[in-house]
Amino acid sequence: MTYIAKPKFHHPGLPKNDLGFTHRDYEGKISTLCAGCGHDSITASIIEACFELSIEPHRVAKISGIGCSSKTPDYFLGNSHGFNSVHGRMPSVLTGANLANRDLIYLGVSGDGDSASIGFGQFAHSIRRGVNMTYIVENNGVYGLTKGQFSATADRGSKSKKGLINSDSPVDLVAIALQLGASFVARSFSGDKSQLVPLIAAAIQHKGAAFIDVISPCVAFNNHAGSTKSFDYVREHNDAVNRLDVITGREPITVEYAPGAVQLVDQHDGTRIALRKIDADYDPHDRVGAMSFLQKHAAKGQIVTGLLYVDPESDDLHSHLDTVEAPLNTLQAKDLCPGTAALDKINASLR
Amino acid sequence: MKPTDISAPDYFHKVVDCQWACPAHTPVPEYIRLIAEGRYSDAYMINWRSNVFPGILGRTCDRPCEPACRRGRVEDTPVAICRLKRVAADFKDDVKHRMPKPMARNGKRIAIVGGGPASLTVARDLAPLGYHCTVFDSDPKAGGMMRTQIPKFRLPDSVIDEETDYILDLGIEFKGGHRIDSLKQLLTETYDAVFVGSGAPRGRELDIPGRKEAAANIHIGIEWLASVSFEHISKIGKRVIVLGGGNTAMDCCRTARRLGGEDVKVIVRSGFEEMKASPWEKEDALHEDIPILNFMVPVAFVHDNGKLTGVTFQKVKAEYDANGRRNLVPSGEADETINCDDVLVAVGQENSFPWIERDCGVEFDKWNMPKVDAKTFVSTNPKVFFGGDAAFGPKNIIWAVAHGHDAALSIHKMLSGEDITERPLPEVTISSQKMGIHEWSYDNDISNDKRYKVPHRDKVIALKDIRAEVELGYDLKLALGEAHRCLNCDVQTVFAAPLCIECDACVDICPMDCITFTENGEEADLRTRLKAPSLHPDQDLYVADGLKTGRVMVKDEDVCLHCGLCAERCPTGAWDMQKYLIDMTLAGTSCPSKARSAA
Repeated sequence: MTYIAKPKFHHPGLPKNDLGFTHRDYEGKISTLCAGCGHDSITASIIEACFELSIEPHRVAKISGIGCSSKTPDYFLGNSHGFNSVHGRMPSVLTGANLANRDLIYLGVSGDGDSASIGFGQFAHSIRRGVNMTYIVENNGVYGLTKGQFSATADRGSKSKKGLINSDSPVDLVAIALQLGASFVARSFSGDKSQLVPLIAAAIQHKGAAFIDVISPCVAFNNHAGSTKSFDYVREHNDAVNRLDVITGREPITVEYAPGAVQLVDQHDGTRIALRKIDADYDPHDRVGAMSFLQKHAAKGQIVTGLLYVDPESDDLHSHLDTVEAPLNTLQAKDLCPGTAALDKINASLR
Repeated sequence: MKPTDISAPDYFHKVVDCQWACPAHTPVPEYIRLIAEGRYSDAYMINWRSNVFPGILGRTCDRPCEPACRRGRVEDTPVAICRLKRVAADFKDDVKHRMPKPMARNGKRIAIVGGGPASLTVARDLAPLGYHCTVFDSDPKAGGMMRTQIPKFRLPDSVIDEETDYILDLGIEFKGGHRIDSLKQLLTETYDAVFVGSGAPRGRELDIPGRKEAAANIHIGIEWLASVSFEHISKIGKRVIVLGGGNTAMDCCRTARRLGGEDVKVIVRSGFEEMKASPWEKEDALHEDIPILNFMVPVAFVHDNGKLTGVTFQKVKAEYDANGRRNLVPSGEADETINCDDVLVAVGQENSFPWIERDCGVEFDKWNMPKVDAKTFVSTNPKVFFGGDAAFGPKNIIWAVAHGHDAALSIHKMLSGEDITERPLPEVTISSQKMGIHEWSYDNDISNDKRYKVPHRDKVIALKDIRAEVELGYDLKLALGEAHRCLNCDVQTVFAAPLCIECDACVDICPMDCITFTENGEEADLRTRLKAPSLHPDQDLYVADGLKTGRVMVKDEDVCLHCGLCAERCPTGAWDMQKYLIDMTLAGTSCPSKARSAA
């Protein structure tokens, strides 16, 4: 970690967003992670995405569990709400917060240990319920804080820094998210911000459970030959199915693409995303197709990245439960107590 | 773009904007760090080696370093480099024992005409090598224009005495009150080389009606300042008009305020903004209640039977032609006469060489200036060298010093039988500043402080005493604060592509968004693809190739804070912070045949 504060000065020509903020205004404290950690690049991508979307920092709630990844919310959006919860319990805390106040943007940050081991059930249920959130897993396949044991997402046959070969099958969080009904599923790589930033921006705008698995090399314990989560391995085996641009406010598309190469997806909040296809046959609206595509490529040792599935007609937990629109803390006694007449009516119906 | 060759001495030199801009290439960040450490004598000696007159320049330099200072592009104001130089001079210990010891005399004799900054620099560089240097000056004491033209309230005699003595004590023969009237004569004497550093001693005339008739109350600025300096003049009328917009005009008006001028005005032809005077000198004049009136061209001196009563001005305005050239054209308003008792004319200076015979081998050009080589400072007579204002017209002290160094080098090479056109490259050293994990041998915590003001003497007291120095200089607390504002631009970011794993850690941490990893392209194209916009195309891009993904690392040097966070966040040590010191080769220093590799 670094002992000096990041200087306050910024480049005098930095662009400003609609709120008049530069991307520096979306930073948090200086990172205490190891130098070169992939997680810091994900932090920078979240900062960039929030800057580009002109999000007001105080409208964001960032919630995490325990682990290297779960420390990162301290390093971005220093003016947002934050909750560093119990190990693996980020999804439950987030679900509760979301039910209490649906007006905030929920950003869940977790790691492979937090989500694929101790919080595996929590992860599953928050996805299954369709909580409106952006769920980011910073996936390095290793327990970094305890010096480099395999985590549940480490590939079978991959080698630890000490030379052990992993004999367990990996948990593929993307496959599980698809199977459990996530309405936005993506995978990306911390070393490819041009792919990751628009994915985060699209996920934030998506209504429903948006899940992004970000492969994030651990420079201290999982960036060696034989690892399948190293910078070199991921760069060599990265099979991107598409790239996307997020278009806010229905602006006309100014970039010219070859016909058929771009697919527009309208999202609930009026924004659209433009998908530039790389794999012409890949259909991001086909959940079953996506699952089999992933399995086939995983068997070949390829890491499929991009926007893997999106349901433009998605819904969230609040619509399923038909909850009240207003945040609970704004409800007054008259909203909460319908009065004697209503009580009498209910009682009468039960007689 | 081709990958940057960081072993070329100029590349990193340019990154140290202040040092690059300084004609004498003073290692500014190095001495500012020494000031911050309380090592004032060391800071002084670094200055003394480069610019010869730290105490004098710390009060009077035209400071080309400050507009160049990176801090001025990062926030509003540059580091007060000049006034920190004065701190080194003010707080140093006795440094006499640190001055060079002359070598045994080599039997060669140099005649030096004029005792100003260029001449004294030549003498200082050559005397320790064993040359017998004789300095001639028509004034009784050494210093030239530094002594005669700069008012004492800006530069006390004690400072000039101290710094000219350091040089004269090197075994130099100083012949004060000895004007050279014939170069031809001088050349017949037994000198092996002659250096002409006689300055630009003539103030330009303003030949308009009434000049001759009212001459008693019209004074040429630099001559008048010299007379004040020698105490031949001690008073002036109550109402004074100073004509001209340069630094001499500023010295004239402020001096007039101290000699009885109550209503002193500076009146300039151009606009206020385009005046030649340094902004800080204009500020000082305004602070002493001296208004500066602009766009007024003097057309006549008004007099009553030879007694000056005022000056008539034509009002003009600026018009720009198709080429952007400014023309002053009459604005159509009526002429205005401003009443006054005295006028000081400070509209420029000229060279004057009545003492150089045109048949002694020194050729002159059509402007009556000697033909001087801009690199070696030799004239068309191989034994005669020029420097300072005498070489290319009026500039300032720091340029005179730079000329002096180059001329001394030429003289030394010539008298050593070497080719003077072959200039030795500077010596460069570059060394890592890494002490441990996140530990550097320089202070990389960036100060957010604004520029500290130099304390001034109370105006009422200052205006009463022409010898009372107005600027009091920083005290140690202010100096420390100001020194911390320096960004250590000489501690360079050095990138080693083979070590880089392209993790983006440096890109993410850089507070100024200087670093971009992208596909290579032509410079113009690359500049459009940087993480933050390229605002100053004159600032270099540092390009490195050889990365695994085939991309290049591009760093825009423009606003880098040299905070070292890129190197702190780099997991593989691909970035390192290395201190780059460039030592300009002076006469007699070892002359490396080629510059040592920078990295």
